[in-house]
Parts: sequence; C-alpha cells; structure tokens
Amino acid sequence: MQGMKKLGVGAFALFLSLSARADFTWNFPEPVTPMALDTLHVHNKFMLITAVIFVAVLAIMIYSIVTHRHSKGYKPVADKAPSTAVEIFWTLIPFAILLLIDFVIMGIPAYHSVVMMEDTRDQSTMVIKITGSQWRWQYEYLDGDAKGIKFVSNLATTNDQMHNEADKGEHYLLEVDNPLVLPVGEKVRILMTASDVLHNWWVPQFGSSRVAVPGFIRETWVQVEKAGVYRGQCKELCGKGHGYMPVVVNAVSKEEFAQWATKKQGEQQAANDVKEMTKDELLAQGKVVYEKNCAVCHQVTGAGLPPAFPALTGSKIATGPIFGADGKYQKDSHLDRVLNGKGVMPAWKATLNDTEIAAVITYERNALGNTAAVDAVVQPAQVKAARE
Amino acid sequence: MSTTTVAHHDEHHDDHPTGIMRWLTTTNHKDIGTMYLTFSLVMFLVGGSMILGIRAELFKPGLQLMNPEFFNQLIGVHALIMIFAALMPAATGFANWMLPLQIGAPDMALPRLNNWGFWILPPSAILLTLPFTLALFGVGDGALATGWTFYPPLSVQGGIGVDFAIFAVHLLGISSVLGSINIIVTIYNMRAPGMTLMKMPMFAWGWLITAFLLIATIPVLAGAVTMLLTDRHFGTHFFDAAGGGDPIMFQHLFWFFGHPEVYILLLPVWGFIPQILQTFSRKPMYGYKAQVYSLWAIGALAVVVWAHHFFTAGMPVPALLYFMYSTMAISLPLAVLFYCWIRTMWKGSMSFETPMLFTVGWIILFGIGGLTGLVLADVAADAQYHNSYFVVAHFHYTLFAGGIMGIMAGVYYWLPKMTGHMYNEKLGKTHFWLTAISFNVTFIPQFFVGLAGMPRRIPDYALQFAEFNMISTVGAFVLGLSQLLFVYIIISCVKGGKKATDKVWEGAQGLEWTLSSPPPYHSFTEQPVVK
Repeated sequence: MQGMKKLGVGAFALFLSLSARADFTWNFPEPVTPMALDTLHVHNKFMLITAVIFVAVLAIMIYSIVTHRHSKGYKPVADKAPSTAVEIFWTLIPFAILLLIDFVIMGIPAYHSVVMMEDTRDQSTMVIKITGSQWRWQYEYLDGDAKGIKFVSNLATTNDQMHNEADKGEHYLLEVDNPLVLPVGEKVRILMTASDVLHNWWVPQFGSSRVAVPGFIRETWVQVEKAGVYRGQCKELCGKGHGYMPVVVNAVSKEEFAQWATKKQGEQQAANDVKEMTKDELLAQGKVVYEKNCAVCHQVTGAGLPPAFPALTGSKIATGPIFGADGKYQKDSHLDRVLNGKGVMPAWKATLNDTEIAAVITYERNALGNTAAVDAVVQPAQVKAARE
Repeated sequence: MSTTTVAHHDEHHDDHPTGIMRWLTTTNHKDIGTMYLTFSLVMFLVGGSMILGIRAELFKPGLQLMNPEFFNQLIGVHALIMIFAALMPAATGFANWMLPLQIGAPDMALPRLNNWGFWILPPSAILLTLPFTLALFGVGDGALATGWTFYPPLSVQGGIGVDFAIFAVHLLGISSVLGSINIIVTIYNMRAPGMTLMKMPMFAWGWLITAFLLIATIPVLAGAVTMLLTDRHFGTHFFDAAGGGDPIMFQHLFWFFGHPEVYILLLPVWGFIPQILQTFSRKPMYGYKAQVYSLWAIGALAVVVWAHHFFTAGMPVPALLYFMYSTMAISLPLAVLFYCWIRTMWKGSMSFETPMLFTVGWIILFGIGGLTGLVLADVAADAQYHNSYFVVAHFHYTLFAGGIMGIMAGVYYWLPKMTGHMYNEKLGKTHFWLTAISFNVTFIPQFFVGLAGMPRRIPDYALQFAEFNMISTVGAFVLGLSQLLFVYIIISCVKGGKKATDKVWEGAQGLEWTLSSPPPYHSFTEQPVVK
C-alpha cells in the first residue's frame, strides 16, 4: 500500500514536471493565411457545438444512470411499444436538430469555405510549382521577379540526432537546407505534382494541404499575412523517408523577396556555367551532394540496403566504363543511371545541375571503397553534352 | 414478443468426431462460431502487440527500436489484422453462434460453406504475416509497408509484402462474402414460424444490412487490388499516369469498399447493443421501427460518401460539396439511433453488470467518435485534420470504442450462454474500467497532437509533440496489458465457474434465452413459434 502511494506520488510529480516544461498546444497553431483563419473558426465553432451536444446528452445519461437503478428499486416504466405517431415525433427531434446543425449552422459557412479554398486563380499574383519526390521538395518559380528560380529543399537534421547520438536541435526534423521563400501579402497559386509516389505538402499554419500526384497537376494557394518562418511536413505516406521531408517556408516582405530573387538568380546563373574542375574539387562537392541526396538509400558508406537499394561499393555500374568509343555515354552506364533513373532509382536530371551530377559521379567512383579503372573523373561539360 | 419452445434434445444427434477432426470437419454453427471468436481473439492480441511496438518507438523522439521501413510495415499490418482478422471474424462468430438461436433455426442454412468460410481465414492471416518471417531468412524485404490502404504508386514500388497482402485480402474477402451469403439465406429462410421481418431481433437486422454491404463492396476491393497486382507484375497501367492511368482512381475504388467497411464493422454491434440495453434496463428497446429504418438509411448512405476519405487529393467543387453534405447526412439516422439507445435506458430499472458497463461506456466513447466524424466531413477543416493524428484518434474512437468495446460487451453478455458458466463479475468490471480509462489516456492526447500538426504514419517526430506521445504510449501499454485480463476471464469462464441459468440475466428477452446454458449441440429440435 505504501509502495502504491509512493508510485502515485512519483507519477504525479512526473506529470507536473512534464507540464512545467511542456509546449502543449490544445488547438491549431496560430493561423497566418485567410484559409487557416477560416479553418480555425470552423473548427472552433464545430467543437463548441459538438461539446454542447456531448455534455447535454452525457448529463441526461448520468441522471438516468444515477436515478433509474434496479438497486434503488426503481420500477421500469411500462414503455409498451409506443404508438407510431408518438414514436415518430420523438425520434424526429434528434433528426431535426442534426438537420439544422449539419446543413444550416455548419453547412452554409462550409459552402463558402470550400469555394474560397478552391479558388486558386482569382487575384493571385504569382505562381510556383512544387514537386514532391522521395524524400525532398523541389520548388520552381514560374513568373514574376523570381521567374526561373528552381531549387531542391532537403532535410537538414543530421543522422546522429535521429539516432540519439547527438543532442536534438530546436527544429529537429522540421529544418531544411533551402526553405521556400514567399512574399508576404501576395496570393500565391501553387501547382503541385510529384515525380514518384503521392506526397502531400502541408504547413499547419497555412490551412491548405494538397496531395501531389505523379503525372497530374493539382492546385492550391496560400497568402501569408505575416512575416516569419513556418514549418510543416509531408502528410501522405511516401515510403521509408516519409517522416523526413519537412516543408519550411520563409515569408518575407516584398522588398526582401525581390532582393532574395535577384541574388538567387545570380547564384543559379553561376552554378549553371560549366567550367573545368579538378578531381579534388569534384570529390569535395560530390561528397556533399552524395550525403544529401543519395545516402538515404545507398547509405553514407555506400553499402546500400539490399535487396531494395543496392550497394555502390564494388558495384559494376559505379566502376565500369561510362563512355563508349564514340564518346557518348552508354546505356545502363553510371551516368545513364544517375540522369535517367531506373525502377526505384529516381532520375536526377531535373533535380541536380551539371556540376552536381559530375561531382557526385566522380565521388562515387573514387570514394565509398571504389577505384574506377576507366572514366574515373567526369567533367560537368560531359554531363552537359550527355543531356543534349 | 412471447415465445413457446421446448428445449429438448436427442443425445445421439450429438455424435461428432473428437479432437482436431471435430474442428476441421465441423458444420455445426456453434463450433464454427467458437472458432471464429477464438481466431479473432488471437489475432486481436497479434495486432495489438504490433501496435505496442509502434507506441514504444514513438515513446520519445529519435529512432530507438526499429528502422522506418519496419515501422511502416507494422502500421499497415496492424490495421489489416485488426479490421479483417479481429473485428470482422468476431462479428461473424457472434452471427454464427447467435443468429440461429435468436431466430429459432436449428443451424445456419449453408453449413458446409460455413466451415469453408472459416478455414480460409487462418491461411490468409499467415499470408499477411509471413513476409515478416521471410525477411528474417533474407527473402524479400518484409511485409506490406504502404499502410492498410495500399495506395499506388507506393504499393507498385513495394516489395513482395504487397503481393502477399493482396492475396491475403482476396482470401479474407472470399471468406466474408461466403459468410454474408450464408447469413442472408439463413435470415430469409430459417426464421421460426410467426417471426416476421419486423419482429426479428435487432442483431439479425444489423447483420442482414452488413451482409448486403459486404456483398456489394468486397468485389470492388478485390478488383482494385487485382488491378494493383497486374500493375505490379504484368505491365498494366491502371494507376500509372504514364500509361493513361490515374493513382487517384485506386483511392476511389478502395474507399468505395473502405467506407462501407466502417459500417460493416459497426452494424452488427448496433444490432446487439439495443438488446443488451433492454436486458439490463428491464424494459423493451425503444423505437424498434425507427432503429430498423435508421440502420437501412445508414447502410444506403454508406455506399455513396466514400470520397470524404481523400478530400485533399483534389476534386471539383461540386464533388467536394456533394461528398461533404452526404457525409453529414449520416449523422441524421445516427442521431436517431443514439436517441433510441438512451431512451431505452431512460426510466428503466438499470443494473450494471459488465456487459451493461461496456455498453454504456460504448455509447459515450462511440459518441465522441461520431461527433468528431461530423467535423471531419467539413472539407475546409479536413485539410487540417486529414492524415493527422486527429484522424487516428477519431477512428480509434469509432473502431476500438465503437467496435472492439462493443464486441467485448457482446462477449460478456453471451459468454454465460455459450459456456454454461458465469464469468468472474469482479474481474469483468476491473477489465472494463482498465480498458475505458487507458483507452482515453491513449487517444485523447492524439486529438491534441494532431491539431498541433503531427502527421500520422511517421516513425519520428518534432520535439513539440513529445509530451503527448509519451502519455499516449503509457496509455497504450496499460490498454494492451489489460487485455490479458480479458483473455484470463474468458479462459477461466470456459473452464468452470458458477453454473449459469437458462435465462442468465433477469431481464433477458429473446429465443436464445429459452435454451439451456450451454445450448444443446443441436438446438431447437422442435421448432419454436413466435406469436
């Protein structure tokens, strides 16, 4: 008994300490778009109505349970099959209440919300395209100041944090290398698609979520009203990396957005210029590209996860010849596989630029326990030629 | 309804093989019912231990126990087992045991088909779980890792686990359709003289509608997963845009089955819950006709609301509005049912034995599931709820509280009739309180963590979700361990205990209570007449 008491006190203390440091939120996070605000209102109103119904019904039940007890000698009321008219009248009351709630109190505002949610074009001032792929988001600006900017956004949380070998950062699993940047106050039309399986781009504070379907374009929109950094996640099961493809959106003022766009366009231009690189430069950049994009499946060591994800160490493709006698790359060679993919292996030609592809191939052929005898170094120019 | 029966039996009719052959070859509805219920209990524990693995992993942020691949396999197989191998067989088990007794029939109409219907189940359960074992020996990469919904293209990409699961679903589907045919034929042809359809026990009504829903929707599921199979292996492109297909078409086909499936799991429970209520309230159920019509209305609505499971997949505005309003309409007949259940209790003379405790708890908790379902129908709000933990909590209120706790009420209600012994009332009540409390400790935090923005089906999560997940895991372990008490209560009741009377409960009404406890191997050797 004493033990039980101690246990109870211990559990209570644990709970107290939890709630002391807890970051409990009991409702949706603060809305920052008109859609999220609308959603929050719908949710609050509905929760209030259902809570009232629940409490009222529960009170009736509890009253009945306390009063109409056999042990208290309560005699059942001779509720002989009630006459049809009376029965119909009584059973129509709950029916009518729900009719009112469903189709008037909730139904009418819900109609307007749906129309608003689906109206992606009216007054929209810019268009971006979001592509989901296993397990990263790719963003592309289709018009306006930022036209032509295109980048990939990867999880930035390190592996040792996930395996509890390092302290977890504040934004554990909700941090990326390149966040999406959006101007505050602009209605942004979002075209959504995917390159492999279904994904769902979701930021809770935006109140919009849409499935990205490979081979189809879906639409949604956001209009962020307040500057800040907003975080969300993929919410459609998309394989083993489903928990590791966060969305981070950096909402900035229009001026800052224009500055960012100019800077980013310049960087992108520079990266697209193909220049001759040394083997060491390629290896250094290749390691970064590899660990960001390839190591999820092929592992940091190159050992892979057979049978689904083959090892690169000692792989025929990663050590065999790439270019034929005519100087063109061969089918099923290392370069072909990285550019065009096969089966589960994604095609990288749309995601990585020439330099990145050259670097990662060179890295795979000279590191991870490999020493390729032929075509040990691939230059960006060769990748560029291969694309044409 | 008053009945006349003679419980009178010829001993030599009870001859049957003994040992394993009795169970393999039996065509007796009670033996088959017992096998269904036992199978269901075993699979309930299997599916439950899988989810305890998941909850243990989610106890704190970081990857502790398993890699994400294995995590994804556990969630999908947990759901398939709980739905197809625990809840559905439990309802079929009750149908086998109790339908003939309740409608005054000597057995089910198609006894050999009945035997086959059961014996398809164990192989399909093995098919479903075999890939886990195969992976240990280096064959394949484990079980189905797509969640129970099989969404392509992920399921086209998946390993042999998907194929095993597809064949398992085929077999489970065949079993359900056979069981449904048997139930429909039995109900239409084998009722005692005088028992018109509108005098049938509510359980028979619940199951009749369930059986029609199964026959209408299981073939669609079987077709959808077969198309998936040919997409995987024979180069078809039903669900591949590159070949003119559409991944979302699979979702339409799947949920055309999947939504009625919810009612398939719940309608049998809605059948016997009013019977338990009238027994322990000692007065006839209120609004019999209203309940029957409501069950039909829900059965009909069940097959026309499927797309609310994927509002975020993108649909034209008129489709969104149609599926939203039709989904909300389900709450109308459901409100009538709730009203009738509570009105049955009202001014009754209630006592609270374990079955009644479970029933009252069931009404309250299933009510939470129903009310949160109402708000999920709102398309705009659904963009937030969809695939978040809010949905996980919602459907566990409908399927664990509304399904499994209902089944438990049925088990305690009929166990004395089936075994001839009373179960241990004190332990039964302990089991109820442990289950009800730990269930809420498990799932209430999931509502909040879902609102805060935690998606479902992720093996690891951001730090702000940590506290809720920790509480949920503690609740889940108490909930899981409490079920061992349930198993103990059932086993000790089968082995012995206080002798049960024929009527068992003071307020019991219906033909099954006119037979001895346990009923003779062949019941109703003389046909009862219902006046």
